[in-house]
Amino acid sequence: MKEEIIIAGFGGQGVLSMGKILAYSGIMQNQEVTWMPSYGPEMRGGTANVTVILSDKKISSPILSNFDTAIILNQQSLDKFENQVKPGGLLIYDPNGITRHPVRKDIRICTIEAVDISAELGNSKAYNMVVLGAFLKKKPIVSLENVIKGLKKSIPERHHSLIPMNEKAISVGMEKVKDINTI
Amino acid sequence: MAEHILMKGNEAIAISAIRNGCDGYFGYPITPQSEVMETLMEEKPWETTGMVVLQAESETSSINMLYGGASCGKKVMTSSSSPGLSLMCEGLSYLAGAELPCVVVNVVRGGPGLGTIQPGQGDYFQACKGGGHGDYKMVVLAPSSAQEMYDFVDLGFDLSFKYLNPVMILADGVVGQMMEKVELKPMKPRWSDDYIKSTFKWATTGKTPDRKQNVITSLALDAAVHERLNYKLQQKYKQMEQEDVRFETFMCEDAEHVIVAYGCMARICESTVELARKEGIKLGLLRPITLYPFPTAEINRLVPQLKTMMSVELSAGQMVEDVRLAVNGRVPVNFFGRLGGIVPSPEEVFEAFKKEIK
Repeated sequence: MKEEIIIAGFGGQGVLSMGKILAYSGIMQNQEVTWMPSYGPEMRGGTANVTVILSDKKISSPILSNFDTAIILNQQSLDKFENQVKPGGLLIYDPNGITRHPVRKDIRICTIEAVDISAELGNSKAYNMVVLGAFLKKKPIVSLENVIKGLKKSIPERHHSLIPMNEKAISVGMEKVKDINTI
Repeated sequence: MAEHILMKGNEAIAISAIRNGCDGYFGYPITPQSEVMETLMEEKPWETTGMVVLQAESETSSINMLYGGASCGKKVMTSSSSPGLSLMCEGLSYLAGAELPCVVVNVVRGGPGLGTIQPGQGDYFQACKGGGHGDYKMVVLAPSSAQEMYDFVDLGFDLSFKYLNPVMILADGVVGQMMEKVELKPMKPRWSDDYIKSTFKWATTGKTPDRKQNVITSLALDAAVHERLNYKLQQKYKQMEQEDVRFETFMCEDAEHVIVAYGCMARICESTVELARKEGIKLGLLRPITLYPFPTAEINRLVPQLKTMMSVELSAGQMVEDVRLAVNGRVPVNFFGRLGGIVPSPEEVFEAFKKEIK
């Protein structure tokens, strides 16, 4: 198994931490992982993205130009990464604020209305976990049990009381993901 | 089972320093390596192992704090990024001249000048050809993963005390910022004062009546004395070249072409080799782990089976000069590099490689 993922959106949406939780979940099931962020001034208010690779084998390049999955959370990132999804790959996006929707027919496309869902859950900070749930529904590459273990590892102990709320957000994300284009 | 932690290369440097008996870290923040000192400050090792962590007022100051700590036989280190390293070069020359051990980490960004905070490999010349003045060398270790960032701190201390000479870990923004799985090796305690006193007879540990005072200096105004010191240093560098060359090869057994790349570019070029093999092109990868001493002998060994070599770097072409020296005109040595903090993908390197061999 090898899954190459780009997660991209605005700084503050939890792009980097979602990637970190995914990477930690991979470690929990004895996989090799890399987490490579775009770093620098663009993280302050601008776009943020992270490349996450989970693999059963040693990972060579952490820098990629094509991805199995793109998880897209703003228009700029959609414009940039739609064409970098491998044919037959998966694109998940939050339609909130999107005016130009993806057009490719050779990839699976799904939406997750995570802004609305996290607001309904009463916790906008759970936004990225809703999106993570949507991804895991479509590609169950890590088990929910390992995601929870990953969460425990990647957030400080004083915040562990928030884990049940995150778990809830993941399961709602799993329920509410919608297919837009199937192949 | 050993414990595996997800961490950035920079965090691995900090955790490894604490776990490998480092006595003191002196640094000044700069992107893309600020997590080194941030992690040390969070871990508060002064409460556990007794390691000192100090933010100096500048890079010039931190490198001279290393000189002081190393003079006492302590395991000391600093980390910085390119512009900060330039400020440390005078100190590095003094440390080498005074034969003092220390570990210096450079998480390289794009230069020259303040440049960019994005990854670079343009400090190869500075690290390997002497950024400071005089005839000195340092063992230069080039990690390409978070695990190697962790491992090379320990190795760096071992080598620096073996040779009584600074050792540099030459990383880059990718290796520093990337998170990977890191296996934590067993803790090594800090050396006791008694151990240091009895093992390092040169160290300034406080004069006792039974010995002459130890003087640590790089100054030798008597020409004959100074020439002897220089020959002694050169002897050490020869020994490094004989005993401590480190490298890794990937699919070189039947290779007709070999890419030479280090650090993050070695990881990227490994994928390029896989792309080439899918197209039936016999491409291999040589990854120097020590940039000085350079794996010249391995290149010599490979050349007879090769049609071309190519150096791939995040620079305008620096390591390529050492590859050309080793190849000595026997096969064409090509070059591909990106500048300004741009990191090429495996596909981009492959396209550049194909263009060169046409």
